[in-house]
Amino acid sequence: MLYERRHQLRCAGNLRVTIYLPIAELPVNVFTLLAMGIAVGFISGMFGVGGGFLMTPLLIFLGVSPAVAVASVTTHMAASSFSGTLTYTRRKLVDYQLGGMLLAGGLTGTLGGVITFMVLRRFGQLDLFIAVAYITLLGTIGTLMVVESLRALVRNWRGQKAEVRRPGAHPWFLRLPFKMRFRQSHIYVSAIPVVTIGFVIGFLGALMGIGGGFLLVPALIYLLRVPTLTSVATSLLLTLVTMVAAILMQAVLNQTVDAVLGLVLMIGGVIGAQFGARAGQSMKAENLRLLLGLLVLAVGMRVLVDQTSQPADPYAVTIDESAR
Amino acid sequence: MRRLLRPLLLVLAMLAGATATAGAQGLVLSLSKPRVTISSSFSGEQIVLFGVIEGGAPNTPFDVVVTVRGPNEGFITWRKQRRLGIWMNVDSRTFVSAPSYLAVLSNRPPSEMADAETLRQEQAGFSNNHLLQRVGTDFADVVADDPFRQAFLRVKQAQGLYFERTSGVEFIAPRVFRATIPIPGTAPVGRYEVVVKTFAGGELVDRSATSLEVAKVDFEQFVATMARDHAWLYGLATALMALGVGFIANIVFRKD
Repeated sequence: MLYERRHQLRCAGNLRVTIYLPIAELPVNVFTLLAMGIAVGFISGMFGVGGGFLMTPLLIFLGVSPAVAVASVTTHMAASSFSGTLTYTRRKLVDYQLGGMLLAGGLTGTLGGVITFMVLRRFGQLDLFIAVAYITLLGTIGTLMVVESLRALVRNWRGQKAEVRRPGAHPWFLRLPFKMRFRQSHIYVSAIPVVTIGFVIGFLGALMGIGGGFLLVPALIYLLRVPTLTSVATSLLLTLVTMVAAILMQAVLNQTVDAVLGLVLMIGGVIGAQFGARAGQSMKAENLRLLLGLLVLAVGMRVLVDQTSQPADPYAVTIDESAR
Repeated sequence: MRRLLRPLLLVLAMLAGATATAGAQGLVLSLSKPRVTISSSFSGEQIVLFGVIEGGAPNTPFDVVVTVRGPNEGFITWRKQRRLGIWMNVDSRTFVSAPSYLAVLSNRPPSEMADAETLRQEQAGFSNNHLLQRVGTDFADVVADDPFRQAFLRVKQAQGLYFERTSGVEFIAPRVFRATIPIPGTAPVGRYEVVVKTFAGGELVDRSATSLEVAKVDFEQFVATMARDHAWLYGLATALMALGVGFIANIVFRKD
């Protein structure tokens, strides 16, 4: 009797917190999803990254299939980046001109990435390729960012002045033809490296299932020498446009976008992003870069450990997509 | 002609009825619910199957094997091996047609009910279900101790989609049994076939089948149908929803 009563109570409790995801086809705890959304949203608002490289693995861990996870995360990133873009727009930190140039390269790169994705999948080693790409990219960029920001912190601590940027000190690729002035970013550089960066981000983003913000922010800061906050703001704008395009593409081509999953994630995400954006603005740029570098490095290390340690079961079962 | 046919049919029907009750065997099945509906609060359900064994010698002890199979799907089982310090998929087997859900319930381990050959023929027992593999250019099922086959069953069990319960069938009277079919929250939608086989004295005595349906309803069905049939509209609506949420949040949290 008592047991039955307790059982009923537990069932009533379950009714309130679990929600069935119609496309992912599984029940999940709403509060787990919300918490994940808030945490990833905070990080994405703080650093101007989409958060896909964190959210996608988390969802797969919950049991969502990789295809649905990648597709549904795009809705969360669209909402987060829109909210973030609005905040930065009001502070007049978005460089629309730079964003437009990056986007021109980015959309072309996305197309190239999608085609490469299909070719690699046919050869059956896509997962491994993605893992190696994660390790290489995140490891390199994470290390570079940590080293650079630590150097800047040490410089500050010793009371030395930061190196003064001289106009003539531009690397060769910024001195290529088609020079353009990006007023908001205070740079006067060739359009070629800008479009190329956009292309590479779009290509890798489509291939690795990430928004590419964590690649774009350091690329803008270190290669184009755009101020940190403008980099973050412009990167958010780019994430917004590519993610809206990705929602449409995934919905039409793969039909794997789970709107319910997306809605819970984005509600958590936008709340987190607001606080993240404020936390980011109140922090010193070097500290921000150090934190992002450590985060990127940690995710890269995690993938490396996963790939090199012995799996609990050497066998895995996947759905045969070609038989569908 | 018509006048003659009708009584003939009646006699035939009576004969059929007579064999079912007084004749050798009969197996009557009933599910507590033939349709599992998935709504937003769905997190799995237990379906109870009742069965009555009719006819036969009065004191024969019966054994029952209940097999529930979800809609078939193609699967690939991968084997990882360490190469250059990294664990990568080196080998795979394609299971062209395997049930997406499988529950094998019995009153005692099937191996005690009949000899291995009979059980394999009748697909009675967890490891005796046909799992069609692609072998070269051919399709065949391999021996039960094939490592890929075993791994497939193991992984599916770990995912909570395959069940083996050797005491999952309970006799509530000598000829009446009950089995609880676990439908997990992650159960794939579609028609599930429920096959019941009875054994006595090491021989198959009777078989009977019914089916149950797992289907999305209400909002879940609406969303799934929209995503499938109106992909553009669904994508646009989702994108607008995302922008809306972002905008509202920005207004709500606006400080300056």
